Amino acid sequence: MNRLTVKNLLGIKQLTEQDINLIFKTADNFIKIINKPIKKVPTLRDITIANLFFENSTRTKLSFELAEKRLSSDIINFSSSTSSLQKGESLIDTVNNIIAMKVDMVVIRHPNAGASDFIAKNVNSVVINAGDGSHEHPTQALLDAYSIRNKLGLVENKNILIVGDVLHSRVALSNIFCLQKLGATVKVCGPSTLIPRHIHTLGVEHIADLKDGLEWCDVVNILRIQLERQNVKYIPTLREYSMYYGVNREILNSINKKIVIMHPGPINRGIEVSSDVVDSKQSIVLDQVENGVAIRMAVLYLLASKIQK
Amino acid sequence: MSNEKQIVDNREFSIMINRLSHQLIENHLDFTETVLVGLQPRGVDFARKILNNLVEISGNNNIVLGSLDISFFRDDFGRRETIISPDKLDMNFSIENKRVVLIDDVLFTGRSIRAALDALTSFGRPKEVELMVLIDRRLKRHLPIQPDYVGKSVDSISSERVIVKWGNDGHNKIILLKK
Repeated sequence: MNRLTVKNLLGIKQLTEQDINLIFKTADNFIKIINKPIKKVPTLRDITIANLFFENSTRTKLSFELAEKRLSSDIINFSSSTSSLQKGESLIDTVNNIIAMKVDMVVIRHPNAGASDFIAKNVNSVVINAGDGSHEHPTQALLDAYSIRNKLGLVENKNILIVGDVLHSRVALSNIFCLQKLGATVKVCGPSTLIPRHIHTLGVEHIADLKDGLEWCDVVNILRIQLERQNVKYIPTLREYSMYYGVNREILNSINKKIVIMHPGPINRGIEVSSDVVDSKQSIVLDQVENGVAIRMAVLYLLASKIQK
Repeated sequence: MSNEKQIVDNREFSIMINRLSHQLIENHLDFTETVLVGLQPRGVDFARKILNNLVEISGNNNIVLGSLDISFFRDDFGRRETIISPDKLDMNFSIENKRVVLIDDVLFTGRSIRAALDALTSFGRPKEVELMVLIDRRLKRHLPIQPDYVGKSVDSISSERVIVKWGNDGHNKIILLKK
């Protein structure tokens, strides 16, 4: 099979294991492409892509934009802070106006869960979810799993621990779906106020103690405390959080193995992870960024063939 | 089968590979400024045969061979029923100012070679590019592209297919398949 089973990338939940492996295989080719002297290929030169960012983003937006440019597509960018949304326009009106400009693909980030599903149901363009509220962030999960595969050779049968604010994290949910589909075991770690109450229904166990979790895992994916999504207090203070759940050199030295350190960014150094750990050889944080461009190129390439011209 | 016609047998095949190798040596001597580049997927098989033969004839073990994947440079993206699956890209050398010999099995419309030229120049600016093909289906070109080294020229109609079969133990043959 060399085609994805889906027309849009709305979440990892809708993908099959074969889809994920096809994206990885295609990304392997793009890694080679983006390491050539000339990094651009003309593949998508007659495709127009709109990047609609209704929520702030640096990394994902730049990564998508670079991936689109490397594939020679035309792009238009939209960010809500400078748009007519401020004048009261609805989401579907904004999107329809952009689609009317003959846009083939839409990359959308939105603070509300389900926004990309809503757009996909109402327009004909191919839709890629670049993060919807606390729901899913599929390309991040793909690049995380891809980075694990490249580092450890295989995702199957590996133990992956997600530490931190799982409750508000779309990265955590997409990661859980993706890693489980590839045969890994996922557990979460953090204060119980930041762990979704019914997380066990996803087949995910909660480990309360960070050291127990680190001793169990091969890879730890550290999440940021999302203060902007918290309107009630889930933790007493950041300092206390950092003392109990901050990953630092001391706790890593106290366990008997070398585990791989990941972080989807943005990193709050000194809170969820210490500076020396982020910059250590165990950390693959910057590999994640490079892999992100290749994974997004692969997703764009594979989905562009679904465009109805 | 009645719709299959063998156009090259194993003996002719060896003679062709030998002749092409000698032509290459005549033009490139010790290959210090030359790199061979096979096109994925089937051009690479042919290029390996040529390389092995060159080593056998000349004893030169320093000839460089790369494999080029052209999937992302094709001009028919979105115009085909199936999506093209990219192959392995292996170009771990510089082509800057080098003489490049592009190698493919069958030259037909010329579109693959056009894409290959684009793919190739994304690695740098070669001094010159030559084209070697095993089979030249010379009457069916869509683009003004001609080979420099030809194993055999074949006149065929569009509905026919030319298939190169690489057998084990050197049992190679080329067949013309009629629809």
